[in-house]
Amino acid sequence: MEWASWSDFWDMGGRGFFVWISYGVTAVAVLAEIVWLRRAASQSRSRLVRMQQWDSQEESNQ
Amino acid sequence: MNFYHYASPSTFYHLAGKVIPWAAWTAAILTVVGLYIGFFVAPTDFQQGEAYRIIFIHVPAAWMGMLIYLAMAFWGAIGLAFNARLPFLMMRALVPTGAMFTFVALWTGAAWGKPMWGAWWVWDARLTSTLILLFLYIGTVALWSAIDDVKRSDRAGALLTLIGVINVPIIYFSVIWWNTLHQGSTVSFTHAPKMATTMLQGMMIMTLAAWAYAIAVALVRVRRLILERERKTEWVNEILSEGS
Repeated sequence: MEWASWSDFWDMGGRGFFVWISYGVTAVAVLAEIVWLRRAASQSRSRLVRMQQWDSQEESNQ
Repeated sequence: MNFYHYASPSTFYHLAGKVIPWAAWTAAILTVVGLYIGFFVAPTDFQQGEAYRIIFIHVPAAWMGMLIYLAMAFWGAIGLAFNARLPFLMMRALVPTGAMFTFVALWTGAAWGKPMWGAWWVWDARLTSTLILLFLYIGTVALWSAIDDVKRSDRAGALLTLIGVINVPIIYFSVIWWNTLHQGSTVSFTHAPKMATTMLQGMMIMTLAAWAYAIAVALVRVRRLILERERKTEWVNEILSEGS
């Protein structure tokens, strides 16, 4: 183990700011992609279902 | 083995659905293991102190940024050569993740450069060619959305990627070809052997985690794209009415 205490860990030998903005922004980027992906999937699905309903209505009208 | 069987959108859709949870869990577990090694097992670097710990995301992200672009060029070439639809969808599914990793590589590089070089950014060959990679990703998306006709849009994107792929070896060899501020390849740490092993292990595990993540995310995205493109077909209608 490299660290004497948690505050020593967060301090990262005085480079904490640089280490944590790296990890922090990476975490945000990954989570943002996942959230965006899920939202796009559900929006696409409901759009496709709506289009399918239109198509079947058109068929029944003919 | 019938290759064309797996190239059919409906088979691929279901196959991808089975792979996604495995890839996602692999990514999650490897990330935890990799971060544990990176922060609690790997020792302090004798030159760079603790700031070097950025490496555990910086190098995997930079590798993925290049690798995903290579994968896009590969699918683009296959799509153009065989006039198939699925390879183009694979390309589209990979772009956002490749751009994300390239952005992370640039961001973490800046945060590492500041304490080590005293500058967030320098117009060095490695950094500049990586920035061009990010612009190539964004440019591909812009090109796709500028062309309404799906077939032409697919082909134009593939063509752009096949030209842009020249940039990948330029990034990779930039530290050899030019006199750069960026350090040389990391996978040749010549420090004390024990240090090298745990640092390398952490970096490799994080790289595998990034692979698994990219696979999971790209497959989720390609499944959505398949449903959208194939929406007039019987099998997609069945899936949509099932509601699953």
